[in-house]
Amino acid sequence: MIKKITCIECPKGCSLAVDIENCKVVSVTGNECPKGEKHAKAEVENPMRILTTAVLAEGLAVKMVPARTDKPIPKSLLMEAMEAVKRIRVERPLGVGEVIAKDLLGTGADLVSTRRVEKTS
Amino acid sequence: MVSRDLVIVGGGPAGMAAAVSAYENGVKDILVLERDQYLGGILNQCVHTGFGLEYFKEILTGPEYAERFIEKVTRVPEIEVSLKSFVVHLAKDKTLTYIKPGKLETVRPKALIMATGCREKTREMVHIPGTRPAGIFSAGLAQKLINIEGLLPGKEVVIVGSGDIGLIMARRFTLEGAKVNAVVEIQKQSRGLLRNVVQCLEDFEIPLYFSHKIAKIYGKDRVEMVDIVKVDEQFNEVAGSQFRIACDTILVSVGLIPENELIEMAGVELDKNTNSPVSDEVNETSIPGIFVCGNSFKVYDLVDSVTKDSVIAGRIAAEYLRSLK
Amino acid sequence: MLYDVVIIGGGIVGTSIARELSRYNLRIALLEKETELAFGVSKSNSGIIHPGTQNPPGSLKGCLCVQGNTLMRKLSKELGFDFKEVGELIVAFTEEEIARLRQLKKEAEALGVPRTRIVDGRWLKAHEPNLSGKALVALYAPTAGIVSPYRVAYDLAENAGRNGVEIRTHTRVEGIAPAGLFQFEVATSSGIFKTRYLINSAGLHADDVARMAGIDDFTVRPRKGEEFLLDKKRHYLTNHVIFPLPTKISKGVLVIKTSDGNPMIGPTAEDISDKEDLSTSDAGLAKVLTEARKLVPSIDENDIIAYFAGLRPVAGDDFIIRHEDKVPGLVTVAGIQSPGLTSAPAIALMVAGILKKKGLALKKKLLFHKKRKHAIHLFEIPLSRTKKLIKKDAGYGEIVCRCEMVSAKEVRDAICHGAKTMDGIKFRTRAQAGRCHGSFCTTRIMKILAEETKKQVTEVTKRGRGSELVKEDRANG
Repeated sequence: MIKKITCIECPKGCSLAVDIENCKVVSVTGNECPKGEKHAKAEVENPMRILTTAVLAEGLAVKMVPARTDKPIPKSLLMEAMEAVKRIRVERPLGVGEVIAKDLLGTGADLVSTRRVEKTS
Repeated sequence: MVSRDLVIVGGGPAGMAAAVSAYENGVKDILVLERDQYLGGILNQCVHTGFGLEYFKEILTGPEYAERFIEKVTRVPEIEVSLKSFVVHLAKDKTLTYIKPGKLETVRPKALIMATGCREKTREMVHIPGTRPAGIFSAGLAQKLINIEGLLPGKEVVIVGSGDIGLIMARRFTLEGAKVNAVVEIQKQSRGLLRNVVQCLEDFEIPLYFSHKIAKIYGKDRVEMVDIVKVDEQFNEVAGSQFRIACDTILVSVGLIPENELIEMAGVELDKNTNSPVSDEVNETSIPGIFVCGNSFKVYDLVDSVTKDSVIAGRIAAEYLRSLK
Repeated sequence: MLYDVVIIGGGIVGTSIARELSRYNLRIALLEKETELAFGVSKSNSGIIHPGTQNPPGSLKGCLCVQGNTLMRKLSKELGFDFKEVGELIVAFTEEEIARLRQLKKEAEALGVPRTRIVDGRWLKAHEPNLSGKALVALYAPTAGIVSPYRVAYDLAENAGRNGVEIRTHTRVEGIAPAGLFQFEVATSSGIFKTRYLINSAGLHADDVARMAGIDDFTVRPRKGEEFLLDKKRHYLTNHVIFPLPTKISKGVLVIKTSDGNPMIGPTAEDISDKEDLSTSDAGLAKVLTEARKLVPSIDENDIIAYFAGLRPVAGDDFIIRHEDKVPGLVTVAGIQSPGLTSAPAIALMVAGILKKKGLALKKKLLFHKKRKHAIHLFEIPLSRTKKLIKKDAGYGEIVCRCEMVSAKEVRDAICHGAKTMDGIKFRTRAQAGRCHGSFCTTRIMKILAEETKKQVTEVTKRGRGSELVKEDRANG
């Protein structure tokens, strides 16, 4: 079976034709770089996404701390991960890339800050 | 009045890149005026990824991309940054007046780079008929409300236009627990990047209607529903194709316009259709010594392109300053 | 408690009457159903202070308009709102129209409109360069002026309040029970008001209010007008308020200079049935653009930054201002469509006269606060003055609205002077009214409004209950 998907690895958005047999990728065409093939495999077998969001801060210079998972997590867990994110409070100053929550939902991915956040001045 | 070699208006990605580039090209007296309380501009509210792949060969979020430049700018003592500084007047001779808490200052730079970014087209600019209740937001305002202020504007959303911010916000609203009932695009294809259609709409099964438009907005106090209608090749409504969707919120994402009212005030000629400065050379304007870069020069799809463009602007401003000596 | 006078309706008419009566030793209440004053008919007014042209001789509105034009100038000095005398031009394009123009001039003179004259094509070219070259002549009435209609209403109400009038917003009249001669019990959403005299200036709903009191010989029909505002940077488009020749039902589509600098084009005139229908339409836009371009061909659709619809309260051809002899003590002020804003101060005097005639003792207060301090708007003062202001109060240095140059201090002042909603702040300060339509300033203003009124941000509304801007706050979730 040939499945058409759009690669989301970069802004080019290559249109990929993915040949699938028994839920496994046999071949990928249409990709302009190796990332496309990797993406197609993941997309068919276990689609993954980086979660980007914002976490509530308390006593800091900003109200919301922008955050992301440091690696992709299963797409199917995005909504559940957001429920967890909404319960988190950041109470201490952070640098870019500092961990806000370790091992989010047991995915192995950490939720990290994407902005430098200081105390209320 | 204070004299300066180079003043840069705007501390977003364009202004910061231009400042660093001008410094690296030999300008040692730079003032960056930023109206917000921090550098970074609109990148601060773009918490999603999609930045930096071209320029840094990395996948970054908006704040991360901004941080790379904030670090550089704040490390260089020759670049002075004035925050909460709002330019209110620009004269032909480049004399700038700006307001900051407690002060009104006037500065006369030898060269001026405008890195004022762009603004979103409004519902009014595309003339969507109907009422004017609460619940109609530009996509960027909704983004600011959610990501900066932690406020959720609505629970049932219809998005007008498939610009990138609109698509990104479709996903953002969904992740926040709201329901996006439709994205309505008058063109035959998406205005935003294809990858955003995939990862922001298809991932969450959000319906996207091409060749459709909002025929009318309903609601007295708060948005209640919209009529959506199919349009033909000439954008005329197709009779009998109308349907109605209930919603409490409408996001408008129908394009961006360069923000060039200040240079217009100074007498720089602007293109009537694009609101970009009319010029023969990239980044130059009809007034020598006034340069424009980033999205205020031309609306770019990627911040990486804004950076590249602004690096050039920083360099040519430095060349201009050298030529004065 | 027994009031001497209760006024129903806090638009330009109600607030004018309240302010006029506040000179006297009277117990007065002004009732408004909306969250803020002037949120009904008045908020869509185009702000023209008409000289009195275009009214039939012998009409009540013609007479009150001429008188109101003079009174408005005095009010502007007392209350500190801007009155700019820009003059109006009624333009003729054909020989037939010139004949009608001459007739209009005669009628205006009969009404006492001062200094009108016919100006020729050369004069027009010199004084109104963007006017269509096809214009042959125009009737020039130099006494036409422009004001901000909401600011007039707010200033009147504030001054009335200072002089003791109780202003009750969010108070909807639900029933009127006569409790004897010159005795009324007005049932409202905020309780019962007992009064000796009752003034019905309820705008679009004046007929509904009249019926509650047993008067049913008039109907108010809404006549919709769609208006389109252009970017302030096109302020130079016209120097005068420009009219085509009037038709039977309206003054036509005009090109209006406004007191805030944004040229305005419109309105349409469409009789509708729904008193709440403020929707705009593609057809309205098309009509206004076509008609306005006949007057000023260079008007560009891309310069439209805002549009809205207003409803004129039409009750026959003329104003209805009378004492209801069937219901002693009740004064009807209905059908106040154009030139209602101009006429309002004259209407107020006329109503005071009616009340006096019907036995209300108008005894002047020993201390009447006639004056009100002019509110500061950075966009209308020179930068040198702004500089001094910022030194005195740093809040003027905190710009909130970039398009219209409005500072945090002005927003706080507006709230302090009665603004309770985002629209209320917009009408008073122009913040959110510019080309970006609040994309930039909405969050800042919301926060100031919440802070000053000690409310949650989620409680901040656009124009009253039901129009909250945001649904949830993560901090409270």
